Amino acid sequence: MKLPDLTELALRNLRESFLRNSLTTIGISVGVASLVAMLSLGTGLQQLFTRRLAKSGLFDTIYVSSRREMRGMGRQEERNGPIPGQSRILDEVARVQIQHLPNVSEAYPDIRFATELRFDDKPHLTTVSALPQSAKSNDAFENMQGSFFSSETAPEAVLQKSFAEELLGKTPPLGAPEPNVSELAQPLLGKELVIRYAQREVTPGETPATGGTAGGDDFAAASYSVVSREQKLKIVGISDLDPESMRGPTRAKVFLPLKLAESLHVMQPTDLREISRAASDQPAYSSISVRVKNPSQIQGVEDAIKKMGFTTFSILDASRSLQQVFKVLYAFLGIFGSLALAVASIGIVNTLVMAILERRREIGIMKAIGASDADVRKLFFAEAGAMGIFGGVIGVILGWAIGQVINFGTNIYLKSQSIPPEHFWAVPWWLVAFAIGFAFVVSLISGLYPAGRAARLDPVQALRYE
Amino acid sequence: MGETVIRAVDGVSLQINAGEFVALLGSSGSGKSSMLNLIAGLDRPTSGSVIVQNQDLAKLSREELAKYRLHVVGMVFQSFNLIPSMTLIENVELPLRFAEVDRGRRESMARGALERVGLQARLNHRPSELSGGEQQRAALARALINRPKLLLADEPTGNLDSHTGTEIMEMLREFNQTLGMTVVMVTHERALAERYARRMIFLADGKLVDNRPNSPFQSNQPAAEARR
Repeated sequence: MKLPDLTELALRNLRESFLRNSLTTIGISVGVASLVAMLSLGTGLQQLFTRRLAKSGLFDTIYVSSRREMRGMGRQEERNGPIPGQSRILDEVARVQIQHLPNVSEAYPDIRFATELRFDDKPHLTTVSALPQSAKSNDAFENMQGSFFSSETAPEAVLQKSFAEELLGKTPPLGAPEPNVSELAQPLLGKELVIRYAQREVTPGETPATGGTAGGDDFAAASYSVVSREQKLKIVGISDLDPESMRGPTRAKVFLPLKLAESLHVMQPTDLREISRAASDQPAYSSISVRVKNPSQIQGVEDAIKKMGFTTFSILDASRSLQQVFKVLYAFLGIFGSLALAVASIGIVNTLVMAILERRREIGIMKAIGASDADVRKLFFAEAGAMGIFGGVIGVILGWAIGQVINFGTNIYLKSQSIPPEHFWAVPWWLVAFAIGFAFVVSLISGLYPAGRAARLDPVQALRYE
Repeated sequence: MGETVIRAVDGVSLQINAGEFVALLGSSGSGKSSMLNLIAGLDRPTSGSVIVQNQDLAKLSREELAKYRLHVVGMVFQSFNLIPSMTLIENVELPLRFAEVDRGRRESMARGALERVGLQARLNHRPSELSGGEQQRAALARALINRPKLLLADEPTGNLDSHTGTEIMEMLREFNQTLGMTVVMVTHERALAERYARRMIFLADGKLVDNRPNSPFQSNQPAAEARR
């Protein structure tokens, strides 16, 4: 029999005992729904984590530093003098070079320094760090009060919550509840902050010495002078990010726009050593953050930077083991989700065996008028397969709906705990196709025994059956 | 204990020629239906052979037997055996589905067969909506649809009153004469056999007791042969 005929006859037979076949189909759809629910939870969680991690900048960022920064080795190199190609200075030239490597979206210097800030004429000592405009999408600034820097050169500052508390003299005692960020923002936003810092100024006419010993201070003193400066800043935002969290470039309490920070030429600890080797007045950096366009390209970029003679660091391995964890989670959820489908498949066997008893005579008639064993077997397979596909489609819809409801419910709970809502439920297309296909295959396997039994039926006996 | 072997048909040797109209007669349990099932390829002999059109049905595979039933044999039963969930035209079309005939041709063929038995007004009725005579006519149309060489009828009038029974018998005769089909009919009504069959074969307890022509003329072409 041809496939369209098989399908037509199978559907007709399914309609004949509508209630029983519907119940079996519902059984399959519940099984598929549980499978879809489990796997979409797994997918959703993985997407949530990946999204979070991508936003945190941990997984697409490479930290580049000069080899001289490495402990022990640096000292030896200084003694032996620079080895070309091995101990390059991390200066502006190198930064531009890295920026132009393929798959690099940006490379910016990590500028961080401790300095004095004046607010209401009271001095506060703290760490200042510079941020590129792209940090705006970083999840650390998700719940920020106020706004991000209006431009990369704007004389503006974003404060970390605990520093804001310090400025207002509201630092809570240990263990006491933290004050709300918006309360802190109210009196601070738009106010002026004065930053006092030491500027590095290269003294013209003097050639900086090359090589030298660890005691770089003498050379430094000879090549540039340090001038004390002040810069007024406007407070535009208060961030509630935790300064102790694992965010390399953001472990500071006051943030400035990157270009502004660069233009200040603030003395940095590395200057003392690096300047002794720098051939020009190009700024040298202690480290650079390199963001790649896609976390998967991180290895290639890292290798390229290493070849240039720098030390690199990224959290690539952590992301690898995370993927491993999700694979195990998937398998686990998949097995539990499949259990209900396994139970449903027993329902299919039962329904079809019943159908054989009921339609015994019909099978006999079909055989008497020329149906082969294969025709009868295929017909039962088609019925099992059709139930599988219907059950699969309904199950996917059901599973999706369950996911939506749980997502909705959990978000209501999260909201009541004042945690921002999350979308941790995802039904990707491959899961839809897989679930329906899986239900189809499971149904066919369940149909194996009943179909074989129907095909082997003796027509003479079947016709005698009333 | 051990099993008692019941021989439904035992030591029967007979030959049926192409184009013949043969009646198998006997009381119930005489083995006439078993004989018919052997010729129909629904059953296989435990020993001996059933040769139809030069091929031994006993040696055919299940698949080949199904093909034989589909293309060589048409069957009519006492209880009509139409599929209750299908309309008449669907019932008649069913063998064509197994024969994988194109959908377009199928419907016109089924329509033609039903017109031939006078049921053109009942195409979309279900068997339960029809009288016994109409159901048997539909079963005849289904038996004819694949143009079989051999039409086997198992008590075709058994569930019908004498008037409609005669109608069916007239149709069997017509197919025998105009289409050249060999008809083998199982019946226990001797009068019916005498009126329509050209040869009558009597069975009792699975054995052949008599085999005699009912009409003066006979074809000499052997078509079906059963020996046991």
